Formats: sequence, C-alpha cells, structure tokens
Amino acid sequence: MRTLNDLLQTHPIFHDFSSSFIADIAECSQEKEFEPDQYIFWSGHEADYFYILREGAVALQARTPDQGMVTVETLHNGDVMGWSWLFPPYKWHYDAQALEPTTAVVIDARCIKGKCESNHELGYELMLRFGRIVVDRLMATRMRMLDIFSQTK
Amino acid sequence: MIAALASPMLTTPWPIIKTHRENSDTFTLELEPPESNGPFAFKPGQFNMLYVFGVGEIPISISSDAGNPETILHTTRKVGTVTNALGELRTGDSIGIRGPFGTNWPVEEAVGKDVVIVAGGIGLAPLRPALLHLLEHRRQYKNVILLYGSRTPEEMLFRKDLEKWSSQLDIQVYVTVDRATRSWRGMVGVVTPLVHRAPFDRKNAVAMVCGPEIMMRYATEELQRRGVPDDMIYLSMERNMKCAIGMCGHCQYSSEFICKDGPVFSYDRIAHLMGKNEV
Repeated sequence: MRTLNDLLQTHPIFHDFSSSFIADIAECSQEKEFEPDQYIFWSGHEADYFYILREGAVALQARTPDQGMVTVETLHNGDVMGWSWLFPPYKWHYDAQALEPTTAVVIDARCIKGKCESNHELGYELMLRFGRIVVDRLMATRMRMLDIFSQTK
Repeated sequence: MIAALASPMLTTPWPIIKTHRENSDTFTLELEPPESNGPFAFKPGQFNMLYVFGVGEIPISISSDAGNPETILHTTRKVGTVTNALGELRTGDSIGIRGPFGTNWPVEEAVGKDVVIVAGGIGLAPLRPALLHLLEHRRQYKNVILLYGSRTPEEMLFRKDLEKWSSQLDIQVYVTVDRATRSWRGMVGVVTPLVHRAPFDRKNAVAMVCGPEIMMRYATEELQRRGVPDDMIYLSMERNMKCAIGMCGHCQYSSEFICKDGPVFSYDRIAHLMGKNEV
C-alpha cells in the first residue's frame, strides 16, 4: 500500500523535494474522500487547508446575481487546489464542490506554515512551487479574459 | 510530397449538396467535386480557395475525411464579407473552388507514436481530417489524445463527432469550455493546461495544434514543458491569402509563405517568428 510519503513524493509539485521535506509535509497531511456534490469549502470561510486532488473533479464556483452559481474552473486529479492559506486574510475566494467521488490529500496550512517558519528552505521551495501554480492560473485567466474564441471577432 | 496542381489559378464550379449549421454562426458546406476534373484528392490539413461569385475568394481548410474525397466539407464562421455570403448559400448553389493547397498534418510521420491534438474553437475543423485519418488507421498509432477547448458548450464544433469519440476506447478526449452554463458538467478552463494531464510519451509523441495564435503559443509552451521537441510540434498558421501559390505575397510570414510553405509548420521552423509583431 502506498503511504502518504509515496503519494507526495510522486506529485510534480514536490518533484526533487528531499525526503525530509516530504516527511515534514506528510506530517501535516491526511487523505480524505468527498461525495459527489459535497462542498469542500465555502467562499469567505477560513482557508486552513490546501488540497492535492488524487481522483475525481472539483468545481470552483461563484454566485452571481443574474446566473446564480457559476462554475469558474474545474480541477481534476493531480491538480493542487487552494492558495488562500498563503495570503491574508486567509479566506477562500470561491466555493469548491466535488463533482464526482473525489479523493484528495488534505494539507493542514497552519501545520505547514509552522514547519516553514522553522525551516525557511522548505518555505522557499514551497513558495517557488506555489508561485508557479499561481502564475499558471493567472495566465489561464488572462487567456480567458481575451475571449479568443469569441464569435464576434 | 504533394504534387503541384496543373492549373492552380483555375476556379471550377462545385455544387453545394448540403449545408449544416454547427452553431449560431459557424456552418459546414458539403460539396461535390465535379467528375469532369478527375478524382479530387487532398491530405489532412490542406485548404481550398472558395470563391463566391461576384463577392470574393478566401482560403478555408478542408474538414472532411481525406479517405472519402467524393464529398468535401468546409467548415467556417461568418466573420466577413465572403464568409457571410457563403453562409447564405443553400443546397443547389455553386461556388468556385481552387485547390487543394498547402502542407498537411504529419499523419505519416506520426506512425508508431503517440499523437496529441490540441484544438481551440474553430481550430478543430482543420484537424478533423487528421483525427479521422488516425482513427481509420488506428492500429498504426499509439495513444491518440484530443484536447479541445470551446468558448461555451453551445459553441462546440462537431458535437456528434466529439460524443462519438468520447465514447470510444481508442481515443482519449478532453473537452473544456471557457464559460460554463448551468447544465454543463464537464471541464471548465482553458485548453492549454490540459496538456499536463494528457497521457503521452514525450520522447515518442507528435503534437498537432490549431486555434487562435495566442492559444497555439501557450499550447506550444505547455508541450515544451512536457518535453516534446520543437520539431515534433506542428501548428497550422493563418494569414490573409490571395493567390495560394506563393506568388502574390499576401500571406508572407517573414521568409515563409503560409499558402505554400504552410499552413502546417513544425514549430522549430517558425519558432523565431511566433509572437513577433507585424510578421
């Protein structure tokens, strides 16, 4: 059976991480399953965790006045979900709802931040990798803002 | 090697035998090549020049099966004078055709490899003949993966094909939309990050990419991040064209002519031109 350490070690975000870093992260992690339609977190609530999706799919949603709940983006196996734990006010910006049976490694943000405080090298490596995720999502968002498939162009 | 046409500037009238509405402003013309010209043959990725009598002529990729050249499909969107006029034509009308022109998708070079197809919006139309070829000769290829991005679920092209391919076990289809509707239960987000999750062997894969140029640029970056070499990434480029044989210079792309050196280029050939202003 694969341990949490094994799962974390094979995820691209932790590529080249030392075994001691992986062990630190594993100490803050647990596996969790979510039922279809189950909400994982809600906008405005404390962002105490981040998630590495192992199976399934999750919709990030926002409520709009005219359309009700709208899916802004879907995340799937392998994706990292959540960076609100990194920056004040440490609140989620969107709701997250499982679309199908979903398994995730759930990482306790307070625990990880504690480890990063005492080990700045771990903190630096984590920030580099989350920075890449944030940049990728920013690029994707900008591309959607360009509306490149628009019928009117 | 594609043989040169005997009379590349000669337009021949072809009858429209059917029209299909793909979405609110995208349509497909089903044409019948006249027997008098001899058999019509083309390769996936090539285009014809379509002339609407008295209106104008434009290049449009062939979207039908190269294995069935008795019926030729052209899929386009109403975006200008000629495409608007094409959209008004009905069964029994005729249009002038010259072609086929240009380079093709590397379906022969891809034999024995994984094939990753990345399409955005109407970019699926020029890739459809390549997909049909891959599926017709499925045993010659390893993994075949289609990544398709559409603006909304309603604006997807070839919905029936996508549904059919999605239900097949010999092709992996990932479809995403930029903007979801309430009833949409599929993926939401841009198409290019899907390259991360596509199961292919970077050392033995060929990628074929078509869509808006900025989408192709980001798709190429994602493919490079996955380790696909530049000469294994193929893009279909688009510029205004006039003669389609590299004489007039309308489609000149620095040292290349899109009409005769393209439209399908390997990325290593045009990498120095991508994203450059006024090229």
